[in-house]
Amino acid sequence: MSLALLVGALLAIGSVVLVAAPFLREPTPSDDRLLRPGEAEQRRLAQAEERDRALSALKELEFDHRTGKVSDDDYRRLVGVLRQRAAETLRAGG
Amino acid sequence: MPDLGRAALVTSFLLLVYALVAGSYAAWSGRRRLAASAQNALLAAFGATAVASAVLLAALARHDFSFQYVAQHTSRELPLGYTLTAFWGGQEGSLLLWLLVLCGYSVAAVLTARRAGREVLAWVVPTLGLVGTFFALLLVFVASPFATQAAPADGAGLNPSLQNPYMAVHPPMLYLGYVGLTVPFAFAMGALLARRADERWIVATRRWTLAAWAFLGVGQLLGAHWAYVEIGWGGYYAWDPVENAALMPWLAATAFLHSVMIQEKRGMLKVWNVLLVVLAFCLSLFGTFLTRSGIIQSIHSFTQSSIGPWFLGFICLITAASLALVFLRLPLLRSKTRLESLVSREATFLYNNLLLVALALTILWGVVYPLLSEAVTGEAATVSKPYYNFFLHSFGLPLLLLMGIGPLVAWRRASLRALGRTFLWPASAAVAAGIALLAAGAGSSRIGVIAYTFSIFALASIVLEFARGTSARRALGGVGWGGAFSSLIARNRRRYGGYVVHASVVLLAIGVAGSSAYQTVREGRLHPGDSMTVAGHRLVFRGFETRTESNHRAIRANVDVYRGGDYLGRYRPGKNQYFAEDQVSNEVSIRHDPLTGGDLFLIADQVNSDGSIDLKALQKPLVNLIWLAGLVFLGGALIALWPDAREERRLAERYEGAAVRI
Repeated sequence: MSLALLVGALLAIGSVVLVAAPFLREPTPSDDRLLRPGEAEQRRLAQAEERDRALSALKELEFDHRTGKVSDDDYRRLVGVLRQRAAETLRAGG
Repeated sequence: MPDLGRAALVTSFLLLVYALVAGSYAAWSGRRRLAASAQNALLAAFGATAVASAVLLAALARHDFSFQYVAQHTSRELPLGYTLTAFWGGQEGSLLLWLLVLCGYSVAAVLTARRAGREVLAWVVPTLGLVGTFFALLLVFVASPFATQAAPADGAGLNPSLQNPYMAVHPPMLYLGYVGLTVPFAFAMGALLARRADERWIVATRRWTLAAWAFLGVGQLLGAHWAYVEIGWGGYYAWDPVENAALMPWLAATAFLHSVMIQEKRGMLKVWNVLLVVLAFCLSLFGTFLTRSGIIQSIHSFTQSSIGPWFLGFICLITAASLALVFLRLPLLRSKTRLESLVSREATFLYNNLLLVALALTILWGVVYPLLSEAVTGEAATVSKPYYNFFLHSFGLPLLLLMGIGPLVAWRRASLRALGRTFLWPASAAVAAGIALLAAGAGSSRIGVIAYTFSIFALASIVLEFARGTSARRALGGVGWGGAFSSLIARNRRRYGGYVVHASVVLLAIGVAGSSAYQTVREGRLHPGDSMTVAGHRLVFRGFETRTESNHRAIRANVDVYRGGDYLGRYRPGKNQYFAEDQVSNEVSIRHDPLTGGDLFLIADQVNSDGSIDLKALQKPLVNLIWLAGLVFLGGALIALWPDAREERRLAERYEGAAVRI
């Protein structure tokens, strides 16, 4: 019974300390705001995702062409569009 | 000790309520320290739940029958291994395992979600807290594993069908799968609550979703093998509602794993993906509800209980709240791009999604309809094998075909000329296989021939995809065939791991078609010295033998098996009589044929007092491919899960600055 009490007490104390830790570590923080990405940061994220998507599409097309899944005609028709899209996303700062 | 267990559960409940309430307020009002404190509460809840679990385990190990749970699910004669696995043999223990796994997942996912973004993570914590609170509430107020009584001399024992080595792995695997689907759900909801429609929640949960899906898949196959070797009816899947309950979220998660690639590659299907995550999670809750509420008659329903209404209420709450949130965030989730062609990789993914979801929903209807009909008319309608088989054939066979078509089609659009070239070899192989099967007399089952033909097509397209990819990689120079092959996989683990998983599904389809469409069954009453034949095997019954083990008496029939003039060995189907449980179980005997992949399956249907036996013998061609499929599935899942340093660097660059913990 005493072991159970000890474990129970340790559990309760440990839990309280853990939950209170952020407040104990910083009793009077200079800034307690949960920072959210601003407009610029969100735009940058969206551009980075768009850039990765465009580059990945270009790589997929190259690979599909090499493995014969995309014909020469289809490749020529698609590659220009995708390169242009990739260039645009890179220029946009993605 | 029960006091410690109860106290630990109450502590866990309070911590999870704190994570829910304080976490919601912190995320809503943007308070950093409070959000971190709520996150720490999840951590502490894991510790408290682990203590509660340790108390229950200790009580089981010590045969402490003052715990009602221990007395109801174990006995003194029960071997230690099964005594410990009784942890999840009953309702209260299962719920405790759910909570323990959930808290473990929550801690791991939150601590490793470097790329989710702190504003998303701030909402993930209360979402996880909400699910945890529900389970902790059940454990504290409705179904406590720490209820006590005056200790009886012995316990009631464990259900005999649970006294099997699979008991150690099948339920935990399924729980890791069911509960793991909470992680993508929480992150999807977190992203919507934080008004973020970017892909960070997908990136943060990619591995968790894949892991949960893999656990659910492996768990089901283990369960199928358990049913095959233990239950003694000669099959591995009976469309039992609880089996279906694990299949449905797996199908929804499979659909999500495919459609999420369209979002990553093309920025499309954002609403659909969130809906699939909600569907998969709600179906996993529904699965737990079916297993634990006792609402249905099933081999898995070990208890009748009062938790049904609680579960139903929670499922309704989660479904309504999630759908409302998706509806409110619809403007954020609009895609800028459209499907360019109906003949493209993304289109095949879309078709695959529609078939998977349709299959999941028709199975759901098959499970729910008897419950609804009972509620309305007072009589439960029966939805049986023909219903499920019809939809399995209607949706499963096209899915098998699509598995072959998908890898051969390019992203965005594919011309007919390119398709003709890429389809030539797989289609030729499939047609040749179909003709060969018909010539070999397999035409007795039309479905079987179609399944085999589609399987060969899918397998050929997978092999071709690896061969062409390796060849293209080698053509870049600098490496041999081996190097090109490993570089091909290393550069796109998810794709090629996915193809290996496809190969496992093909093996599964061949095994299921072979063992169901082409199986042979013979039954007969044999006295000692009598014989019967099945699929070229002669079975001679030699008589019974009995032996007594610690917790049961085993009766075995000695059956000598011959093929042609060759003696293949003695097989011993029989029955076990369990003392404490006062139950009898079928113990089957199986002869595996490694050359053909088939099994000779012997069941002692009836042991008669005059010394005769009612013997049932099944010859199941190719059934072992199903279990091989499990290993291949695991290998494919591990390839897809393996960390990719190149991908990690790319993501690190993409999310630089945004990747911070709370």
